[in-house]
Order: sequence, then C-alpha cells, then structure tokens
Amino acid sequence: MKILIVDDFSTMRRIIKNLLRDLGFNNTEEADDGNTGLPKLQAGNFDFLVTDWNMPGMTGIDLLRAVRADEKLKDLPVLMVTAEAKKEQIVMAAQEGVNGYIVKPFTAQTLKEKIDKIFERIEG
Amino acid sequence: MEGASINRDLLLEKAQSLINSLESPETSDEQLESVIDEINNLRDNSLFNELGKMTREIHDSIMNFRMDSRVSDLAEVDIPDAKDRLEYVITMTEKAANTAMGVIEEGSPVAEKLGGEASELKAQWQKFRRREMSPDELRAMGHDLESFFDESEQMMSKLLTGFTEILMAQDFQDLTGQIIRQVINLVNEIETNLVELIKIQGETLVREEPEKKKSEETKLEGPQVPGKETSDDVMKGQDDVDDLLASLGF
Repeated sequence: MKILIVDDFSTMRRIIKNLLRDLGFNNTEEADDGNTGLPKLQAGNFDFLVTDWNMPGMTGIDLLRAVRADEKLKDLPVLMVTAEAKKEQIVMAAQEGVNGYIVKPFTAQTLKEKIDKIFERIEG
Repeated sequence: MEGASINRDLLLEKAQSLINSLESPETSDEQLESVIDEINNLRDNSLFNELGKMTREIHDSIMNFRMDSRVSDLAEVDIPDAKDRLEYVITMTEKAANTAMGVIEEGSPVAEKLGGEASELKAQWQKFRRREMSPDELRAMGHDLESFFDESEQMMSKLLTGFTEILMAQDFQDLTGQIIRQVINLVNEIETNLVELIKIQGETLVREEPEKKKSEETKLEGPQVPGKETSDDVMKGQDDVDDLLASLGF
C-alpha cells in the first residue's frame, strides 16, 4: 500500500506519516501542494491519497479534480484532511468525488476510522 | 444652512437700499435687480465662508492625524516588527513540534523492541515454570535475561532523556504567548487610530453602503476558532462532518 501525503506544512505531513506508520502503512511519500503532488501520483503507483485543502500553488480540491479527470488516477481513493469546515466546502468536496473528509484538529482514532471505512467500501 | 451666519448690519444696509430704490419712482428695473443680486450674494458669501471653514477643519484634522508621529511609527516600524515576531512564533512552534516528533520517532522503535523482547522472555519463563526447560535452555534464558536487564536500563534512560527533551521543547508556549500578547496590544493601538481616522472621514463623507459580499463559495477560511465561527453553516467538529456526509449518502 503506497500512500501520498500532500500538505504544505511539514509538521502536519510528519504527523500523518507517523500515524499511518502506526496503522501499518510504511510506504508513504510526501508533497507540499498539488503542483508537486500530481506528477508524483502520475509517475508512481500510489494506492491512496491524503491531501490538505488550503495550500499555496495547487489546492487540494483542484488536486482532487485533476485526479478524477485523469484516466489512470480517477479511481484513486482520496481522503481530505483539512481545517476547512464550512458546509458548502464539504458538500463541494463530496460532489468532486472525495472518499473521506477529516477536519483538523483530528485524532489518530478518526484517521484510522476513515481509512478503514474507505477500504471497507472499496472492497465491499 | 445652519451655522452660516449672515452679516446682519450689511443685510440691513442692503434692505434699506432696496426699500429706497423701490420707493423712488426713478429706479429702473435693472437697478432693482442689481440690489436684489447684492442681497443674494450676501447669502452666497456666507455659504462659501462656511464651506471654507469646513475645508480648513478637515485639512487640520488630517494634518494633525498625519503629524502624529505615532501613526507613522506604527506603519513603518511596529507593523513590520510585529510581522517578524509572528514569523518567529511560527519558527518556534515548528521547532517544538519537530523536536517532539524527533524524540517520538526515535523512541517508538526502542519501546517496540523492549516490548518484543519482554514477550519472548515471558514465553521462556512460562516454559520454565511448566518444567519443560532443558538445563541448556535455562542457561540461555539466564543469559537473555541479563542482557535484557542491561538493555532495559540503557533504553529507559534514553527514553527519559527524550521525555525531558519534549518537556523542554514546550517552553515555546510561554515565549509565543508573550509575543502574541504584544501583537494583540499593537492591534489594539491600530484599532484606536483607525477609529480616529474613521471619525475624521465620518464628519465629512457620507458613509457608503458596503459592497455586498461576493458569493464566497470557494474562499478558504482556515481553522475555525471556537465561538468565532465565520458563518452559521460551519461544522463544529468531525461528528458534524460525518453527519453531513451521511446525509449526502456517504
């Protein structure tokens, strides 16, 4: 299971990376916004994307749109982990095809639950 | 117009001249008109005077405001200084976060390793208790136990050093707290000055209707501060988000 973590703050990437490792996901890579993340996704065989929303350069929602528009990536599960908590934004992310949405600040338990739920759905 | 006082003596003089002109049969219409114009001018002049006075007052207020060196200090020194201080807050909090994560990343495998060795030794010990252990195995277990104790000692002291490091890294809270308080004071001062400025403007200009907020569907607002939610449809937490997504069929 190869996971890409996209967030502009290195500390947040590090936190998510550590939490994912605790959950048994050791194969992770990082990018600091959509512009650096998308080429990584297109080049590597990623199985999962965890992305922030508000980033300089390419935002998470634009990255999500780019992923869904890409023939090779369109089925990639995407989990959004963001401080954006407005209803219309969550609705927008859902409409663009996000698989899970976590608002910061979040707990390790929440991350585990959402990831489990996403895989349950994909496998089920 | 209120406050625009007319020179009464001058008006009386003109009014008498108007009556005289009217009473005298030789006065032509042109002459009458000219007297009426003079009276009219008298009123216009006082209006102009009043406007002049107002303009001067506005000018003085604005000049006073600009002359107040505190205001230019705020813009030229204090605000850039506050920006640097806030940058420093980011640096300090980031450093503290990285220190803590560094210790955790180093310490977790250590704790994992000790835990693993303890389970192994426990299994050996239970075998010994069941009297299933050969003398050779017993010797080996004694050896394993000894090295486990040594290792535990070393690693626990390493973990404790790490805990102290994490503890010390929390000093950012005190320092950033002080810096942020300074910036809050600065914001207060700027607020006071802005209120002054608005007063000067408010006396002279008609308040314009604020532009209607554009549809801000895509405007990103960042973290919500409890009690300061930017609108009514802000989710209060993950449970709200989950409920919303569930209602959308997630």
